[in-house]
Amino acid sequence: MTTEPKIIGFLCNWCSYRGADGAGMARLKYPPNIKIIRVPCSGRVSPELVLRTFREGADGVMVLGCHIGDCHYSTGNHRTAKRMPLLKKLLEYTGIDSERLYINWVSAAEGEKFASVIRDFTEKISTLPPFRETMK
Amino acid sequence: MKTKNGSRTEVQEKIGVYVCHCGSNIAGTVDVADVARWAAHLPGVVVSRDYKFMCSSPGQELIGKDIKELGLTRVVVASCSPHLHEATFRGACERAGLNPYLFEMANIREQDSWVTSDKAEATKKAKALVAAAVSRVAHQQPLEALLVPIDANVLVVGGGIAGIQAALEIADSGNHVYLVEREPSIGGHMAQFDKTFPTLDCSACILTPKMVSAGNHKNITLLTWSEVEKVEGYVGNFTVTIRKKARFVDEALCTGCGVCQEKCPKKVIDDVFEAGLGYRKAIYTPFPQAVPNYPVIDHDNCTYFQKGTCKACEKFCATGAIKFDQVDEILTVKVGNIILATGYDLFDARKVSNYGYARLPNVFTSLEMERLTNASGPTGGKIVLRDGVTQPKSVGIIHCVGSRDRNYNNYCSVICCMQSLKFAHLVHERTGATVYNFYIDIRTPFKAYDEFYQKVLEEGTLFVRGKVAEVTDAARLPSEEGRLIIQAEDTLAGKQRRIPVDMVILSSALEARADSKEVAQKFGISCSADQWFIEKHPKLDPVATMTDGVFIAGTCTGPKDIPASVAQGAAAAARVLSIIGQGQIQIEAATAIVNEETCVGCQQCIASCPYQAIVYREDKGKAYVNEALCKGCGTCVGSCLPKCISLKHFTDEQLVAEMIGAMHTMKEFELIPMEVAA
Repeated sequence: MTTEPKIIGFLCNWCSYRGADGAGMARLKYPPNIKIIRVPCSGRVSPELVLRTFREGADGVMVLGCHIGDCHYSTGNHRTAKRMPLLKKLLEYTGIDSERLYINWVSAAEGEKFASVIRDFTEKISTLPPFRETMK
Repeated sequence: MKTKNGSRTEVQEKIGVYVCHCGSNIAGTVDVADVARWAAHLPGVVVSRDYKFMCSSPGQELIGKDIKELGLTRVVVASCSPHLHEATFRGACERAGLNPYLFEMANIREQDSWVTSDKAEATKKAKALVAAAVSRVAHQQPLEALLVPIDANVLVVGGGIAGIQAALEIADSGNHVYLVEREPSIGGHMAQFDKTFPTLDCSACILTPKMVSAGNHKNITLLTWSEVEKVEGYVGNFTVTIRKKARFVDEALCTGCGVCQEKCPKKVIDDVFEAGLGYRKAIYTPFPQAVPNYPVIDHDNCTYFQKGTCKACEKFCATGAIKFDQVDEILTVKVGNIILATGYDLFDARKVSNYGYARLPNVFTSLEMERLTNASGPTGGKIVLRDGVTQPKSVGIIHCVGSRDRNYNNYCSVICCMQSLKFAHLVHERTGATVYNFYIDIRTPFKAYDEFYQKVLEEGTLFVRGKVAEVTDAARLPSEEGRLIIQAEDTLAGKQRRIPVDMVILSSALEARADSKEVAQKFGISCSADQWFIEKHPKLDPVATMTDGVFIAGTCTGPKDIPASVAQGAAAAARVLSIIGQGQIQIEAATAIVNEETCVGCQQCIASCPYQAIVYREDKGKAYVNEALCKGCGTCVGSCLPKCISLKHFTDEQLVAEMIGAMHTMKEFELIPMEVAA
């Protein structure tokens, strides 16, 4: 159990970040654990960036982008859709629970989905032991 | 200085941190003074202040003054979303002589004070977000935005009243407009209406002069019966591919005399313009005042195309304008800005099966009613039942069909109350029938609207407040025989009512176009959950979108009445003209760049780029980014295995610094021993 899981979310500027803004505007409450880092496109999130975030001690990493077909950069998120599941497999291979990496699509209109995704993921990560302990 | 994680902290930078109260929006939840005091001790921070409204002019001046007097080299503002005020603060920095890319924003409102209930937690999170921004800003580099010339031509998509207004405003200013309309004529829904509320102006009388102006304007290229296929490029430089569908009529030869329509033997139910109530021919203009006045041949219903014989239109055409061998034309135009005014679809009232539309003949939709009341409609303006002769003696108008209803659309369709009141007035005036309005709430908020409501009340229209449960023809009493019975709850009287009427009008909801999602994707903009196009800001930027150079106007952004649509059309035109007036526009400076020293020429980046902005130089064996084409998504960065390509303003170094900043603060609160991190 992790009492205060540390979660970093990489959110694309156009859909998911705006979805997060939407959750704010609707005053939807969610746990404060997530710290959001804005990237232009979820395709910008390289596997190294995710790994580095785990190395810094994150208990969970989220990559949220536009729905497939809605990408502001037309096909940037296609790369995310291919890259991140592969990275999850590699995480398992290295002994990191792949559930610590979460990929989803949240549009600018989906403030409610954003809040619920954050709630669910924070809850999920809270049930896992702190990441550092698993790496000892 | 190096931290234990080996990340660089550039202490030589002089960073200013400004924590905004946003009135009580932030300060009500976050202890802003505490955050500012705490941030003063972060590496590189030389000044840290909190202020009531950072975006206000004194707030911005505060930043400017500190930049000049304290020699700040980096600025962090902790306030709202960068989507709201990043441009504001970048401007404040620029005015004080600091490169705008040396500014960073911490979003402690939308992502913190508004979503966190616990004050201590919210303050803690605000500190983490400020620390992340401070850590990041130290690594930011000054960038110069690229200036590109603006193509002064404009594309307007949709020839309804909003699109016509936008096109005329721009054309009148001396700039060229391509006005693209999917139907054979411009005019949109407004051309179908009889009267417009609350003034009861004849819709055609006020619309057709505008249609004619748009059709004749020397600066408007009217492309009706056409659709946009593809959009490429960016603000100032779009290349648009338009399919001009075959009309089978040569526009250069056609005089619009109408003989072809007269002679065509094939009658077709007109379910677009006449809402299914009337007929048109297989060669037709949707209505007599159509602009342009050239007919089109309905390929699927034309006897010649289906059976190979007929050609009556060709035989009688004096100028030989009928061209059965015409094919679709593909046009490519270059424009600098785009305005979408694609309008709405009417809610399919068949979905509310308990109201009996399409099952009970004398249940009509609002659009059918518009055609029935219209003097140029199928009945010549006579309000009659489906049999075409009988005048109704009593009429029930049901509001909110498909709107304000969890089963269909939650939103209010804005126009239905006034439209229903208009129908009540017209029915009363023309037939003397008893009119019942079944409403949830009457909403008449704009100029002279409530006065109109009072007038309709005085005319003797009856109002029943409550949702209609059912419209049925199953009579229980002899007096109900052969009539439609409206079963409704009267919430004011507190009882159930069964009211027999001869005719029912359903005030159906306005819905986003069925293909609005595809259109949004084509133009690179977003749709809300209800499929309406999303504005850049719902209040402060209602006609712009997140995509620079693409604007929206009229009902494609949500239900609205004619005055609001016209205002938006003009507003979008004004926005476009202000861009054209600048002559050139700054495009995003955050583009990708290849490190030529280390690039191995694997071309993975080229494969990943959605814009073909990266080319491979055979002579050097390296990749090269065309900055004018690069839109700064950074997908190439994620694909480059040897890390030789980077995205300016979103470099690995900057993102890692931001992440570490946020994490270190988290660690500090959790007191994780630092050696574990090593």
